[in-house]
Amino acid sequence: MSCSVPHRLCCSSVIISVYSAGVIVRGSGKAFFASCNPKICVVGSGPAGFYTAQHLIKVCRLHVVSFSAFSSFQARQDAEVDIYERLPVPFGLVRFGVAPDHPEVKNVINTFTQTAKQSRCSFYGNVNVGKDVSIEELQQAYHAVVLSYGAEGNRTMGVPGEQLAGVYSAQNFVGWYNGLPSCQELNPDLSCETAVILGQGNVALDIARILLSPVDILKKTDITQPTLEALERSQIRNVLIIGRRGPLQIACTIKELREMVNLPDTRPEMVAADFNGVAEALKDVPRPRKRLTELMLKTALDTPGEKEQERRNKASRSWGFRFFRSPVEVLGDPDSMRVVGIRLAVNRLEVDGARAVLTGEVEDVKCGLVISSIGYKSVPIDPSVPFDSRKAIVPNNMGRVQHVSGLYCSGWLKTGPTGVIATTMNNSFDTARSLVEDIDSGTLDVSISKPGSQSISALLEKRGVKPVSFSDWEKIDNAEMKKGEASGKPREKLLSVEEMLRVVQT
Amino acid sequence: MAASAAVRSSMGLTLRLSRVIPVCSTCPLYRLNICGNSAASLQRRGSFDSIRTINRHLQTSIGLYQIEEGSSNAEDPDDYVVNIVYIDRSGQRIPVKAKVGDNVLYLAHKHGIDLEGACEASLACSTCQVYVSDAHFDKLPEPVEREDDMLDMAPMLQENSRLGCQIILTPELDGMELTLPKVTRNFYVDGHVPKPH
Repeated sequence: MSCSVPHRLCCSSVIISVYSAGVIVRGSGKAFFASCNPKICVVGSGPAGFYTAQHLIKVCRLHVVSFSAFSSFQARQDAEVDIYERLPVPFGLVRFGVAPDHPEVKNVINTFTQTAKQSRCSFYGNVNVGKDVSIEELQQAYHAVVLSYGAEGNRTMGVPGEQLAGVYSAQNFVGWYNGLPSCQELNPDLSCETAVILGQGNVALDIARILLSPVDILKKTDITQPTLEALERSQIRNVLIIGRRGPLQIACTIKELREMVNLPDTRPEMVAADFNGVAEALKDVPRPRKRLTELMLKTALDTPGEKEQERRNKASRSWGFRFFRSPVEVLGDPDSMRVVGIRLAVNRLEVDGARAVLTGEVEDVKCGLVISSIGYKSVPIDPSVPFDSRKAIVPNNMGRVQHVSGLYCSGWLKTGPTGVIATTMNNSFDTARSLVEDIDSGTLDVSISKPGSQSISALLEKRGVKPVSFSDWEKIDNAEMKKGEASGKPREKLLSVEEMLRVVQT
Repeated sequence: MAASAAVRSSMGLTLRLSRVIPVCSTCPLYRLNICGNSAASLQRRGSFDSIRTINRHLQTSIGLYQIEEGSSNAEDPDDYVVNIVYIDRSGQRIPVKAKVGDNVLYLAHKHGIDLEGACEASLACSTCQVYVSDAHFDKLPEPVEREDDMLDMAPMLQENSRLGCQIILTPELDGMELTLPKVTRNFYVDGHVPKPH
């Protein structure tokens, strides 16, 4: 089959060829060896899945530790990694989460593409793990299964009125403007003047920026066509980004804040009192928090120079942070069942900012669009996989799923849904290291041969599931890029699974 | 003599790389006005002659190519050589004979050192973070604001952290040691603070 080492190794004689050194070693006696390539399955093709695969393929190379005519030796075989993905298209949040006006962040796709095109890596798109094939079936077919399917759910505000028209989760809103097929029916109504975003992380700022950016800038990105049309008709002139706690607890990073401050045709409007005591507290704060807060203070409190003041006066749109506010109710119009406002409770901070405590005061803010950006959340995939519903992660120890041998996790599923691509990269390399350690120590038994994708492909075919290969994805990729050329966009994303599969079949 | 050899080698370099000369208008370095080759910065960096500036320009272009094997040829005059050392994540020292104008990230890739560059040198991530030896840290030009912004997001940020994709070798960086951050196994156990996203 696909053993890169002569079959004779699987017997007791130990003749192997080390292709990298061009040496043939003959030995006998005690020998630890893997008889076949470890077959590893990764569920999810976002950064976590791809970085885990990258590390496994790189590290599991044919590797002779020590040898002589009579002593033992160890050989780590080439791992084969199969990446499964529910959608026909790979890359997860890099494609569906990163904002359209942040194309450089998406450059990591080139790294992932290199990994996918390695001979020992295969991509199987359009396969719904948990529905089309179970985790148990994958575990039977592979030596190890790595769960990297991220966080597709979202935390809810849990307040009355959350179901009214005009209230969306940030996840769905971002999915809508980024072309996620399941979010294309969103059709948000942007005809109101004020939009309120709950949460002050980078996702909240991305949404504010997309709502307020001049459409001419967005026209040249890979934002979807329906979104552009909606934004062209949009009446939104003011966006409030609301947080439970204060400026020192804000979760966004400086790059995104700077983009808001420099957004053309907009002016910042903050409440000076929200920043009382903040400058004094900065003395012993680590550099990232310090620089971020200093920029916020400057934007909120400093008197702008003449040029900046003129720019602000001419701006047709505004945005601002509001602090110490928690949503308690979304107010709706009883006839239209649409949101007309939001009731916010006023907080004060305790325990050095760690906790927000209600004061009893409330205030109402008039708005026509409410987006809750308070966190993504992982969901359980399969009853056989342990799941911590409180933390919404798969319980694990350095990526090894607790109490289930041969099962691992990486990315947000492992640590919770926070972090940028670099964080997920480290996290995924970490899980890969745990897996390789387990192979080396024998904890993960790779001496018995496993069928890998052969048996899974047969199962899928029986069930009428047609996996999409990486070269199939490249057909979709080319079709999207070609479609985008006509309008000067890097790509025009296909917006439904049906369209994607149709392109694959041509 | 040395000058004409320098011209020959840089022209050779120019021609070899000419099929992938970047388009400035789409380059983030140009758009952000931090490109080492823009008119304003050429005036600023009067100490570099134009040949070296051209070399630097070609070798810092965004993600369009890697430094080709053939570009370090045996005729290189000594004053172009910069010797540096990478210290990889397992602590192994890897000495590298490089050239003035080489980009630290792509140089690492050329020598098989696992320094990730997810955003391909466009200042949109922090995966190429390196720790610069104290003796050389101050010899680097100040980071542009955007590099500082990205460094702020890097795990295990230190005083001597820089992004590898922004370090361009100059003669005074000879002997520089660049340490790749060790990703400790108990990174998350030791009071991990959730990062913003």
